[in-house]
Amino acid sequence: MTEKTATGQPVPAAPEDAAAPEAPRPTVLRDILSGSWMVSVLSIFVGLLVGAVLVAAADTSVQATLGYFFSRPADFFVSVWRTVSEAYLALFRGAVFDWEAQSFVRAVRPFTESLVASVPLILAGLGIALGFRSGLFNIGGQGQVILGAIFAGFIGYWLTLPLGLHMLVAIAAGIVGGAIWGGIAGALKARTGANEVIVTIMLNSIAGYLIAYLLKQEWFRQSGSANPQSRAVDESAALFPLLPDPFRLNAGFLVAVVATVFVWWLLERSTLGFEFRAVGENPDAARTAGISVGRVTFVVMMIAGALAGLAGAAQVLGTEQKLTMGIGGSLGFDAITVALLGRSRPVGTFLAGLLFGAFKAGGYTMQAQTGTPIDIILVVQSVIVLLIAAPPLVRGIFRLPAPVGKGAR
Amino acid sequence: MSTSTETHILTTPGGGPTLRSPIDWKFPIVYGVLALVTLLLFGLFGGTGGKSTTFSFAAGTDLFGIPPLTVSAMATTVAVGIVLVAMAAVATWLAVKREKIGIWFPILFGVLFLFAFLTWAGAGNGHIPLTPLLAGALALSVPLIFGAMCGLVGERSGVINIAIEGQLLAGAFLAAVVASAVKNPYAGLIAAPFAGALVAVVLSFFAIRYWVDQIIIGVVLNVLVVGVTSFLFSTVLTQNPELWNARQALPVIPIPLLGDIPVLGPVLFRQSILVYIMYVVVAVLYVALFHSKWGLRTRAIGEHPKAADTVGIPVNRNRVINVLIAGAIAGLGGAFFTVGSGLAFGKEMSAGQGFIALAAMILGKWNPLGAVFAALLFGFARNLGNTLSTMGTPVPGDLLLMLPYIVTIFAVAGFVGRVRAPAANGKAYAKQ
Repeated sequence: MTEKTATGQPVPAAPEDAAAPEAPRPTVLRDILSGSWMVSVLSIFVGLLVGAVLVAAADTSVQATLGYFFSRPADFFVSVWRTVSEAYLALFRGAVFDWEAQSFVRAVRPFTESLVASVPLILAGLGIALGFRSGLFNIGGQGQVILGAIFAGFIGYWLTLPLGLHMLVAIAAGIVGGAIWGGIAGALKARTGANEVIVTIMLNSIAGYLIAYLLKQEWFRQSGSANPQSRAVDESAALFPLLPDPFRLNAGFLVAVVATVFVWWLLERSTLGFEFRAVGENPDAARTAGISVGRVTFVVMMIAGALAGLAGAAQVLGTEQKLTMGIGGSLGFDAITVALLGRSRPVGTFLAGLLFGAFKAGGYTMQAQTGTPIDIILVVQSVIVLLIAAPPLVRGIFRLPAPVGKGAR
Repeated sequence: MSTSTETHILTTPGGGPTLRSPIDWKFPIVYGVLALVTLLLFGLFGGTGGKSTTFSFAAGTDLFGIPPLTVSAMATTVAVGIVLVAMAAVATWLAVKREKIGIWFPILFGVLFLFAFLTWAGAGNGHIPLTPLLAGALALSVPLIFGAMCGLVGERSGVINIAIEGQLLAGAFLAAVVASAVKNPYAGLIAAPFAGALVAVVLSFFAIRYWVDQIIIGVVLNVLVVGVTSFLFSTVLTQNPELWNARQALPVIPIPLLGDIPVLGPVLFRQSILVYIMYVVVAVLYVALFHSKWGLRTRAIGEHPKAADTVGIPVNRNRVINVLIAGAIAGLGGAFFTVGSGLAFGKEMSAGQGFIALAAMILGKWNPLGAVFAALLFGFARNLGNTLSTMGTPVPGDLLLMLPYIVTIFAVAGFVGRVRAPAANGKAYAKQ
């Protein structure tokens, strides 16, 4: 039952390659069609298609035309096309370029909004990706983001430091906060073998209650009001804007770029990163080769937590400017999908973060202009990731050739 | 334990005196700390001098009423503290003698500790409504218990199910919609398992057919269910709430006689049919898992699929069936959020309970009864946190709510006995 479909799957001992008997010669066309990025592109296409079906199905005008479908089927298709294209065009205008805008500034602002939305996704996604490459499943992005935000935010409004230095200290605090939260999970895994999935899920909940508790304490929030939110972070601690006023793009984006380069260097060029990948590929072999698996586990989780903490810091110091109960949003889980879409590669994660950031920014415009709820974005994103996780399925849908040789996903 | 003693003996040839296992200090230390906390923090320095705490047991129509119990806060906490210190001493003495203590010991210790805690927390704050506290705890545990049973059936057969959260949410959604459309809460109850099973179909399709990492699938499925249900909620359900999302509540069915027992009756036997179904599901699963052919096969494919395959058990087919059954159970549990509590559907209303159910399953060591106990613990802590924060006690509710999660971390890290997952958990099986 599985032989035909599971070709080239990385997971367990795969059965003999079903494409083997023919052994077609690798050609350029075949490379393109069987390549992993082709799967990504097609997955995005199918994801949007599924979203379109839902959008059309939930639309009242489409439902009305369905009532007399057999007498005038054209009405139905016209209605579907109008509904779906309106929604997706609004999505595009909200995410990339708004050609209906009054001024040039307004026309290009959506693109910068996508970048703003992508910053925390990229940072937290890099943390998750680092874990994946090292064989660790870090579901704790949520808690690490919250801890990073708590630390960075509190330093941001509690301390008084000169401009610039304050920002750096606050960012460093966010890194420390996330690293502590990730480090707990890493240390427990290294010392006792506690499953990191469960520990990080628990740490997520604990972080949620922690921020709820802290935001009820006046010594912490320093806002003077009863609302569960903190004072705004000082000007000196805020991430400086990269563009003049109507734009919200801030230095957080530079942080995301730097973090991407750093993670790339760490994974692909450093000795430590080599150890990470060795443990991720085969912990037993790594142990035999003299790598301390426990130490790697701990360090990976610390760095992963630090990256997620950085995402929290970017949120509180850049976009939000104050601590709220919802500061973490659903970033931790979004980051997992970002890392999966990026195939756990730093650059891939960066691009996936940009795409999902664009979805997020465009989703708000779509919701405001066409009334299509932004929740459809979640559907599109999860379908994309589901398909990307199962390349044979995508190849099956589009009758693509299986990749030649090993290692192709 | 026994293996470590054997290795000790193996390393000392010559037949010397048998080596004794090292003293297990973990429990004496935990008991000691808790006893001291009770004696000092709740008792002597608890700031409860002269105040009193009232526990009320009444719940309307009892067969015979128990009068409320009023105790002097400080005297009670100090007395209980002294008893706990004595118990900790006994535990230490037994640990030094390497003797095991029965399960009653930690339970008695826990109940006494809780009693002292409640006495301290409720001092001077009116009365502690014990029966509603317990009844609410059971209610909050319902989705956790269903979810934990779902996870358990899956993981016992070797499939990790992180999508419990999504299955609960899907069950809640379909239960609300069907109950509202048919105007009958029981219709929702019948529909809910199908929603959970539908999520399970996708899970098994990707996990068992395409060998995709089960944790990845679970995480993504959660997002997918949140997306689909929220989208439909914002469009279809809000366009016509009277038709699609009207509140339908399962009625409370008191069981005659049993429901009239004071305290226990209202807690256990004055509930909706969903809770009674839950009792049945737990009992049936416990018996089936350990005393039936199905259970033996399930455990076999979860522990050693190759061996199971060798004796002719179709591994993947059984896994698919079990994952579907598990999904149906979780879907049913999801019905608690809507028809079970008499609420309309709301976005993301499962609010992370599926993950807590997962933790309850692990804390319960993949055993139905253990998982139920853990789920009740979570439910109780949550309800206690809510109750105490509305009473205006000195305990911060948010910190109290963290407690079960911290306990779970300790449990997973091996401080509360080893927890061991089924051996083939999360590994796709391919016939060689």
